[in-house]
Amino acid sequence: MRGALVPVLTVVAVIIAIWYAAVIPVNSQWVLDQAGRAGVEVSTAELVRETLSQDRPRLPAPHQVGAEMWNSTFVEEWRGPQGLMNTGTLSPRSLFWHAWVTLSATLVGFGIGTGLGILLAVGIVHNRAMDLSVMPWAIASQTIPIIAIAPMIIVVLNAVGVTGLIPKAIISAYLSFFPVVVGMVTGLRSPDAMQLDLMKTYNASRPEVFAKLRWPSSMPYLFASLKVGIAAALIGAIVGELPTGAVAGLGARLLSGSYYGQTIQIWAALFAAAIVAAGMVAIVGAIQRYTLRRMGMQQ
Amino acid sequence: MTGETRQPGWLQGLAMLLAVAATVVLMMAPAPQGDPQLLAVLALIGALALGALDLRLRSPWVLALMGALIALGASGMLADLRAPVAPSFWAMFLAVWLGAWMLEERLANLALRSEIGRRIMALIVPLIFGLTLLWLWEAGVRGGNVPPVILPAPTDIAARMAGSGTTLWRDFHATFVMGALTGYAMGCGAAVLVALAVDRYDFLRRGLLPVGNFAAALPIVGTAPIMVMWFGFGWQSKAAVVVAMVFFPMLVNTVQGLLASEAIQRDLMRTYSASHRQSLLKLRLPAAMPFIFNGLKICSTLALIGAIVAEFFGSPTHGMGFRISSGVGRLQLDMVWATIVIAAISGSSFYGILAALEKRVTFWHPSQRGR
Repeated sequence: MRGALVPVLTVVAVIIAIWYAAVIPVNSQWVLDQAGRAGVEVSTAELVRETLSQDRPRLPAPHQVGAEMWNSTFVEEWRGPQGLMNTGTLSPRSLFWHAWVTLSATLVGFGIGTGLGILLAVGIVHNRAMDLSVMPWAIASQTIPIIAIAPMIIVVLNAVGVTGLIPKAIISAYLSFFPVVVGMVTGLRSPDAMQLDLMKTYNASRPEVFAKLRWPSSMPYLFASLKVGIAAALIGAIVGELPTGAVAGLGARLLSGSYYGQTIQIWAALFAAAIVAAGMVAIVGAIQRYTLRRMGMQQ
Repeated sequence: MTGETRQPGWLQGLAMLLAVAATVVLMMAPAPQGDPQLLAVLALIGALALGALDLRLRSPWVLALMGALIALGASGMLADLRAPVAPSFWAMFLAVWLGAWMLEERLANLALRSEIGRRIMALIVPLIFGLTLLWLWEAGVRGGNVPPVILPAPTDIAARMAGSGTTLWRDFHATFVMGALTGYAMGCGAAVLVALAVDRYDFLRRGLLPVGNFAAALPIVGTAPIMVMWFGFGWQSKAAVVVAMVFFPMLVNTVQGLLASEAIQRDLMRTYSASHRQSLLKLRLPAAMPFIFNGLKICSTLALIGAIVAEFFGSPTHGMGFRISSGVGRLQLDMVWATIVIAAISGSSFYGILAALEKRVTFWHPSQRGR
């Protein structure tokens, strides 16, 4: 990984440079229109300066997104009238609050989905009928856009009086469920015949084989599917915030930004979502490394 | 170990016996209406008798007959079903479910010697499972009188699909053909081209792989509002979201695939004094095919998701995402479900086509051989 640092930084720098370079032509139309209406000429330097500092640019510059993120997190909590410093609670205008709303639904759903997924995988491995009947459907469900049912779940649950965190969590659970099932079935079956035979010579019962052989050897597969599952759960929570026009959450920020043309707000919410996703994947990865090292399974 | 000698599904059979007995007892009590038909009850009793017979015979033909009787009982229950149902209906509802479960257990544990028999069983068992779920849904919704704005019955959904074929076809065309497929082709094509360029320079490869891996885990579908703002409400914005979604997973897979050939094989190409182009075309691209197809398969699902979610942010008055969000708003849930069925079918057939193609292209790969 150490050898990758310089190339990665270079690639990131190039991406930011391309972004800046793209901002000027994308936003210049508006500046030229304004100047044309005012009847003045704009020099190239002015054009560049104008395109990089519009209120509602078609493509905000990286520093604008950074400033918006800074303002709507630390500055809002520090100085805002509803911020953490003045009220003791997170401000409803800050990205921290919105990220937490989405993150809490994601985590609840991810927990439920992972738990149920592991249970079903255990059932599939130990029961032939479940294996034959459920497994093909679990695999097939990986190929369909499950997220399409998200709006319906939200609205139907709303109609029966369930609102707030739970409907979003259900969508997250649903999305993280199938990757965990498929991964865990593979993992619980990963011990080879020789190891299973050895357990038989020890006269191990089924629970013992499970606890001492199958479960430990499924860990690498579990973590691989957890990484997929947590990313899917976050997408589920974000999409789950769209159909009811939710007032809080990163999805709601995206939606209100797109209603009111607040492009900088959209980009800030997008980057907040990216940071949340990257953070969660990194946490799962850290737990994975720690667990596998403790179990003596170096990657 | 007494459990080993017992027939699989004996517990379900016992429970089914109790449920059928409860049905018969409840039917004796006078109910104004809504008792299941006598024929259906008789069919279930017959299935139970065959189940007991099967304890000795253990023959697939007895099981087939038992399945037919359960199916007869199940369909008999649906015929002439009106909403306020007697308690006996629910007892029999349980009996059918338990019977199907017993059948599954028995079928799955049949000791079949022939390869063909095992293959057929691998088709039949999931099929029975799916049909049972559908039946439970249908009977539960109709018997329980669930309002269609909460959950429409499968027959209602099928009727809606048959009735609004042109609408569904237009939606499918707008979202799948124009949005998802166009974006998929552009995104995957661009990713492969970039991967080929990246592959020439080790520096770029080491820089782009971690960035690509990182980007592949991000919720890129959130770019949908931006794309709608840039490219308008038409299919172009959907295709743009799809391009953004599929690019990085495809790039990472292709770059990894191009590394898949072994050093000894590359050395052989060098001893032949093959040019970069020749070794790419004759060795490394073919060797990368399993990875490329893996990327193509992952992206096929992502493409459909991207196109549908992008329509939640703004679309012309057709498209699958539009149909879902507007149908939900107008409480036309049968239309929503019909669209979801179409999305599921198109998603899995897209995947299936790719898998079949993969089988033809990478027939040499260990994962495709020995089946």
